[in-house]
Amino acid sequence: MTKITAGPPATAPVRRRGIESARARQAVWLLLPTLIAIAIVAGFPLYRTIYYSLFDANLTSPDQAKFVGLHNFWFTTEDGIGIGFLQDPKWWGAVKNTLLFTVVSVALETVLGMIIALVVNSAFKGRAFMRTAMLVPWAIPTVVSAQMWAYMYNDSFGLIGRGVLGGQALLADNSTAIWALIAVDVWKTTSFMALLILAGLQSLPSDMYEAADMDGASKWTQYWRLTLPLLRPALLVALVFRSLDALRVFDVMYVMLGPNNAAQTSMTGYARLALIDNSLLGVGSAVAVAIFLIIMVIVVAYVTAFRVRFD
Amino acid sequence: MNAKKNPGMYYLQRTLFYLLVVVIAFYLLFPFFWALLTSFKRAGDLFLLPLQFITAPFTLSNYAQVLANPAFQRALLFSLIVAVGAVAVSLLIGSFAAYSLGRFRFRGKATILYIILGVSVFPQIAVLGGLFTVIRAGGVYNNPIGLIFSYLIFTIPFTVWVLTSFVRDIPGELEEAALMDGATPLQTLFRVLFPVMTPALVTTGLLAFINCWNEYLFALTFMSSNRTVPVVIANYSGASQYDQPWGPIMAASIVVTVPLIALVLYFQRNIVSGLTAGAVKG
Repeated sequence: MTKITAGPPATAPVRRRGIESARARQAVWLLLPTLIAIAIVAGFPLYRTIYYSLFDANLTSPDQAKFVGLHNFWFTTEDGIGIGFLQDPKWWGAVKNTLLFTVVSVALETVLGMIIALVVNSAFKGRAFMRTAMLVPWAIPTVVSAQMWAYMYNDSFGLIGRGVLGGQALLADNSTAIWALIAVDVWKTTSFMALLILAGLQSLPSDMYEAADMDGASKWTQYWRLTLPLLRPALLVALVFRSLDALRVFDVMYVMLGPNNAAQTSMTGYARLALIDNSLLGVGSAVAVAIFLIIMVIVVAYVTAFRVRFD
Repeated sequence: MNAKKNPGMYYLQRTLFYLLVVVIAFYLLFPFFWALLTSFKRAGDLFLLPLQFITAPFTLSNYAQVLANPAFQRALLFSLIVAVGAVAVSLLIGSFAAYSLGRFRFRGKATILYIILGVSVFPQIAVLGGLFTVIRAGGVYNNPIGLIFSYLIFTIPFTVWVLTSFVRDIPGELEEAALMDGATPLQTLFRVLFPVMTPALVTTGLLAFINCWNEYLFALTFMSSNRTVPVVIANYSGASQYDQPWGPIMAASIVVTVPLIALVLYFQRNIVSGLTAGAVKG
């Protein structure tokens, strides 16, 4: 992307500056609808979420909110009962499961996506078909893929649940459910990773590989010494976006496990249960603020650690 | 090269490679194929063992049942209204913004670009409660307008980023000629840039459409009876939790997915370029 420069150079002639300032005014008018839309759908609701996180509020009557400070986050009653969500082991379970889900599924997607991209990037009969096949899981709505897999995992009908595992209900057991969900996510989004890696592979100069062939470097050496380092920027951007998506996962858990179990498996599921199903606007907002902060910290960590550039 | 040096090794490698290709194709396509197969089977046949299941007679009854279901028909309609509405609004105002960000110079442009990018990494849950109260206060709860409006949170950043990079690639002469003739920025945008940007608009619109069509969290929260297809498919239930009507669920899933797959395959090239532009730049 080209460099962004702000304002005309200081030495511009007066007439030129007149045109520039007229253009700048026009630019503002053209941007206004987008800025207003973003303020209404993102800015204001985010402010409201932060606001309500400090209140004891109910979703059905938000006007009767009572200020409680940080009690939604951490509060112990006189009887010694912890009410704040940070004192709820279910929340920490959700955090643990979401992190496990994110790390494992993004790692598997990266490895599988890399293998698929390398295969599809080489010349063979049926490559066009494979490129088409790659798009299929990506094009399927998440809810549909969740139902497809719920059916395959089913202990009395499912190919996997009944056929492979002999009637074991994978989703009913918390310890196996998370792995079953990871498998669904990996299936659904490996294509996306593979597409991004493939696009990166195709932008690599081919003469470099010819030179490496001349020098007698093996394919293996070429991969580790040329492909991987050059692919790094594309790979990092893909990793950041997949990780952020995985951290805010909701659909798969909610559809396959139902609201209550989803609350122990995903942070978003926990927040939604409090916020909407239980109508606890205050607590739900506090959880949402925590998720927002966690994700922002991870974004900043990624961007600074790997010096990811978006422009 | 390899073939001459060591033919045996070469053929072994080729065979292993094709084996890998077959495994990958199977992995990517089999779950969908199995859903497709199930959608054509009678409820009683779902108990059969896999081999008997495959050869069991075909039936269209699941599709007949699903397509005749008024809740599903309404969901298709609402999904279409919401997705088309959100895409239309975001393409329109997104292209204004993209034109401004891609062509004009002004103070604070970089900041605005980063704010827009920042919104696209927002977890949706962070605005759910606030947006719920906004939508309620605006009287558009359970109304497609409310959902269209809420979808702008992810469609606008996406369209603005992708279109901005497209606008930058359009040669400036086109637009300068229009300016010389005294055209206003809006005239320039509609008469000169839109025709050139049509492929970009189609690609961006299609990707945004897919995102809206698939969206679940907002659809589940901001609509009560006017449900969209993902919500209906997720809740398609039988008499009890243990009595899932898998045949009709799979048929509904296929009905909802096949148009998307058709679109994606038709616009394959555009999709890949749009996805990379979208993912790399926003």
